[in-house]
Amino acid sequence: MTRYDSLVDSVGGTPLVGLPRLSPSSEVRLWAKLEDRNPTGSIKDRAALAMIEAAEAEGRLTPGATILEPTSGNTGISLAMVASQRGYRLICVMPENTSEERRVLLRMWGAEIISSPAAGGSNEAVRVAKGLAADNPDWVMLYQYGNPANAEAHYRGTAPEIHADLPEITHFVGGLGTTGTLMGVGRYFREHQPEVRIVAAEPRYGELVYGLRNLAEGFVPELYDESLIDSRFSVGPRDAVRRVRELVESEGIFAGISTGAILHAALAQAAKSTKSGERADICFIVCDGGWKYLSTGAYEGTLDEAEDRLDGQLWA
Amino acid sequence: MAIEVRIPTILRTYTDGERAVDASGDSIQALIEDLESRHAGIGERLLEDGEVRRFVNIYVNDEDIRFTGGLSTELSDGDTVVILPAVAGGAR
Repeated sequence: MTRYDSLVDSVGGTPLVGLPRLSPSSEVRLWAKLEDRNPTGSIKDRAALAMIEAAEAEGRLTPGATILEPTSGNTGISLAMVASQRGYRLICVMPENTSEERRVLLRMWGAEIISSPAAGGSNEAVRVAKGLAADNPDWVMLYQYGNPANAEAHYRGTAPEIHADLPEITHFVGGLGTTGTLMGVGRYFREHQPEVRIVAAEPRYGELVYGLRNLAEGFVPELYDESLIDSRFSVGPRDAVRRVRELVESEGIFAGISTGAILHAALAQAAKSTKSGERADICFIVCDGGWKYLSTGAYEGTLDEAEDRLDGQLWA
Repeated sequence: MAIEVRIPTILRTYTDGERAVDASGDSIQALIEDLESRHAGIGERLLEDGEVRRFVNIYVNDEDIRFTGGLSTELSDGDTVVILPAVAGGAR
């Protein structure tokens, strides 16, 4: 169906497209789930809508309520769109070193922004948001890192859509941030087709982001369940940029930088499958388009230049 | 057998400020023992009760060892090991 009562009703139902040029052979194939085709242009529309609807159903969100969320981008943009349609006020806590496009987009959809220090990245945004929530008990923090509705959106939506379009799927590759996508899709396939392997691609940032991390008190999202994942790759900015450029050059798909990291892990899996001589149909997530990241310099110049420009940025 | 180990900022006090050091071992367990012999104290920051600490991630050629056999993950000459603190995702 392609007719909807409103924009919010059109979340999900995204296309799955093959990658004829980047797939190693007819036996080992790559498939891209185009989540940039959601209303605000990212996979986060699914989680944002699901979290708001769950909070409404629980009676936590009532008309005129204020939503608070630590987010450096896509979740905030998705929440802002849904909140504007439902009459909620939204306050986003985001690290000061996130791209200007994202701030403009958030303000455009009516969100207010509170900046958290760049050092410490999203951990710091989470810490600041938790403090604000404690000081303002009437604000509703949906908290994407620990909200089961985040994973549930993918259990009920993303995963069954992929399963219907690609029943022969052997591997699913997604990005590891809040872990919502991997937890939801992972749990669905564990229940419905347990031989599907779940592969995580985790972005690896520059020194600035890790600099202050204490090894005894790090951050693992409350949603994360290691048993739902079969392998986990750490992908640096150089590989992410290289792959995101290959994706647009070879297949015409213009994606954001985090998708480059996911494609890197998907190609690593494809190489493993090819080497072991097994058939593979590998589905990976295109999280969003590249538009919001043009100012990062990731799409122009040499890889060295792009890598230098991304150092210290939260590129995924 | 030389394996490059990248050290996070927080642990460079043990490596005289070096970002990367060479170590040897045919498994992560052996590698950490070798690291400890060269940089006393670092082992305790990585392990707790014989396991990798919850907020420490160790990668061999970019793959998380928790999914490749943990401390018994095998190493070969030329592998790269990266140690990182666990952090929240970026643009979420």
